Amino acid sequence: MLIVAALAILCLILLGLCGPLHGRLGHATSIAYAGAAGATAVLLLMGLAALIGAAGAAPVTASLSVGLPWLGAHFRIDALSAYFMVVVNLGGLAASIYGIGYGEHERQPGRVLAFFPAFLAGMNMVLLADDAFAFLLSWEFMSLSSWLLVVANHRQPDNLHAGYVYLVMASMGTFALLLGFGLLAGPEGGYAFETIRAAAPGSGRAAIVLALALLGAGSKAGIVPLHAWLPLAHPAAPSHVSALMSGVMTKVAVYGFVRIAFDLLGPPDWWWGLVVLVLGGITAVMGVLYALMQHDLKRLLAYHTVENIGIIYIGLGLALAFQAQGHAGVAALGLAAGLLHVLNHSLFKSLLFFGSGAVLVATGERDMERLGGLIHRMPATALYFLVGCAAISALPPLNGFVSEWMTFQAILLSPQLPDWTLRFAVPAVGAILALSAALAATCFVKAFGIVFLGRPRSLEAAAAREADRWQLGSMGALAALCVVVGVVPGLFVDLLGPVTQLLVGDRLGPQLGLPWLTLVPVAEARSSYNGLLLLLFIAFSTVAPALLIHRYATRATRRGALWDCGTPTSDPAAQYSAGSFAQPIRRVFGAMVFHAREHVDMPQPGETRAARFHVDLRDLAWDFFYDPVARGVSAVAGRMNHLQFLTIRRYLTLVFGALVLLLMVLAVWH
Amino acid sequence: MTRGLAFDVSHLLAGGMVLASFMLLYQDRVFSLLRVFALHALVLALSVAWQANVQAAPHLYLTAVIALAFKAIVIPVALHRIVVRLGIHRQLETVVGVGPTIMFGMGLVALSIAVILPVLPDADPLAREDLAFALSVVLLGLLMMISRRNAVSQVIGFMSLENGLVLAATGAKGMPLVVEISVAFSILIAFIVIGIFLFRIRERFDTVDVGAMDSFRGERR
Repeated sequence: MLIVAALAILCLILLGLCGPLHGRLGHATSIAYAGAAGATAVLLLMGLAALIGAAGAAPVTASLSVGLPWLGAHFRIDALSAYFMVVVNLGGLAASIYGIGYGEHERQPGRVLAFFPAFLAGMNMVLLADDAFAFLLSWEFMSLSSWLLVVANHRQPDNLHAGYVYLVMASMGTFALLLGFGLLAGPEGGYAFETIRAAAPGSGRAAIVLALALLGAGSKAGIVPLHAWLPLAHPAAPSHVSALMSGVMTKVAVYGFVRIAFDLLGPPDWWWGLVVLVLGGITAVMGVLYALMQHDLKRLLAYHTVENIGIIYIGLGLALAFQAQGHAGVAALGLAAGLLHVLNHSLFKSLLFFGSGAVLVATGERDMERLGGLIHRMPATALYFLVGCAAISALPPLNGFVSEWMTFQAILLSPQLPDWTLRFAVPAVGAILALSAALAATCFVKAFGIVFLGRPRSLEAAAAREADRWQLGSMGALAALCVVVGVVPGLFVDLLGPVTQLLVGDRLGPQLGLPWLTLVPVAEARSSYNGLLLLLFIAFSTVAPALLIHRYATRATRRGALWDCGTPTSDPAAQYSAGSFAQPIRRVFGAMVFHAREHVDMPQPGETRAARFHVDLRDLAWDFFYDPVARGVSAVAGRMNHLQFLTIRRYLTLVFGALVLLLMVLAVWH
Repeated sequence: MTRGLAFDVSHLLAGGMVLASFMLLYQDRVFSLLRVFALHALVLALSVAWQANVQAAPHLYLTAVIALAFKAIVIPVALHRIVVRLGIHRQLETVVGVGPTIMFGMGLVALSIAVILPVLPDADPLAREDLAFALSVVLLGLLMMISRRNAVSQVIGFMSLENGLVLAATGAKGMPLVVEISVAFSILIAFIVIGIFLFRIRERFDTVDVGAMDSFRGERR
């Protein structure tokens, strides 16, 4: 099985050759994306097969004698990596199909084609790696190939800055992971995951490794305050790559955290769950608040990824907390909720980024204040985007609701916890989760309403054209999957059984055999959810009144003034705008969370220019976290600058002094 | 041959190398420095040959021959000719006086003994003391490089440092021949490179006092 995977990954890397060949080879774009679609489809099927067969079978392993001479390279597919293979390659398949259409609109397709398949290959390699060396190598391969995609359109002014910030954060993350794996491997250098699992680290060492994993994998996933690169880099890439980075690569980061925290570190301490929960809660609410303030469609979506990562980490934190207290069943529920949200988020976030890409191709605009009324010009895109918006807002019967509902079920079981700190903290995080879910709904009412409803705010938006069939097909498939996961969640919860069995030693009961596709995570007396009945109810309760009104309403003609939809002037600029929509939230949270300042620039009497209304927003992560670090580094660098101009003898004296000092430390310390 | 004799003789030879390092520090003329360096390399060759005898490792004889041929004969003779042909200033200018340098060197020997002996309490005493001496030779070589202004003395300091490395390498049992040969070649290449540099420096500045380069770069010393 691993041989097939290796061949598929090799195919992906070779497909990168289409980039340089783009000028000479006709249809290079289609060949590359179709090839990538084929390879990811193979990997997707393999992941599914491995996941279904993972229940009783031993994991598939292989080792190659490449890499470090005493280590080689180890690869393995167990239930966890099989599940993430499904998630990653589902997103990859959708993005490849979307790319067949979208790639035609690229200005310099060769710059994207060369690295898109390599990026997919890198993500798959991370999932298959079974030793620290292979893991870090693939991780760095994934980071670098995605960085190349971020700077693909390097002539746009902000993209190089985004690429730089991304590169710094990615190297810092990899460095943290490197230290973490070094601590896990111990002085004997047992870098194979097999060896690490067998030798459980002590409590103190495990705590440091957990912190480093949060730092390393968390910076890639976008935990607040390590999220700063994400809203810069994700929108800078071409839209299908944005979808991959936001929907899929953050999931690989979650995989890295789950692999370390649940698999390699051994049994958790009680406070681990607390740390992860609180971080998840902060991430969720801050992510969605920042998202609400954005008027750039792709940046809004990128900030919203931060929120969803927070929700996933809340699920993982619940699993850690319950597992440490010996409630394996509830831990399995929390973990299943988190992992199901991984799949769900990759589905609807890819869908939404595809939608924003379609809008970008049709209008050339990302600024929501210049869009509007697209539902008339792009009806199919609007429908799919609406499904994605409803799903990400956690509206039943779509998929986002299922995973958030399961997270709440685990939160409601928190009175079972013996520890008082957790018993207080978990409901508080639950309240934060509820707040962020409500804000997410607000955010996507704004996104859909401003972009697709109303009247066009610019000439480009008025002249938009519907996306091509590849883009629509890909979006349609993802929208359909959002509905399927929402209506038949039991199927996917059952697929997660082997994963939770592997990581926390328990699984939810079989769901698929229950009547009417009901989902019963704990016990029927406590709670159950039935997406199918809900779908039927919603369909019935909307269609029936519509028919009734149509049938029985009066047909008498009435005369009256024409309703002007609340915009009495004919100017589209008089419509409700994205800024207007965000203003109430900004007034409530603004001063505290964003240091928001509003001021009106009023022209003096006699001046002919227009009055302007300015809003200044700040990302506090920059103010309190990055700027001091950057200032410190630059101050130290300034002080050390004269070291560059010493004489040879002084350099040697420095080396000598350092050597003697270290030897003295060794002599005294011993 | 008894165990005691093997220990005593290698102890004597390694100690002789430390002594030769101190003699290097004491010199203030270029030619006498070269002669003492030849002595340094000769003691190294003897020490390596004795190790070959004690460890019954015939390939170490090859190392000893390399050390003798290159370091004790070829390099000093070549440097001697360079100094004569270039008419290099034959006085070694010191940064700190010889007395304080020697005192500091003694401190370094004490330090290396204090580091090595407690670190390996249960190792073979022969290898252990050999390592302590080798570390002293390395540190003294570095001290030599930083306490003189003359480029020739920096070359010699570097070579004596390498001698210390070879001493450490042969003191440990089972060091493969490849390592020693590569060390020998690296020294040879370093010698060639530094020799070329000497020529170039002399062409440019008419002196091999490294201070002239510093003043050329506009640095204050």
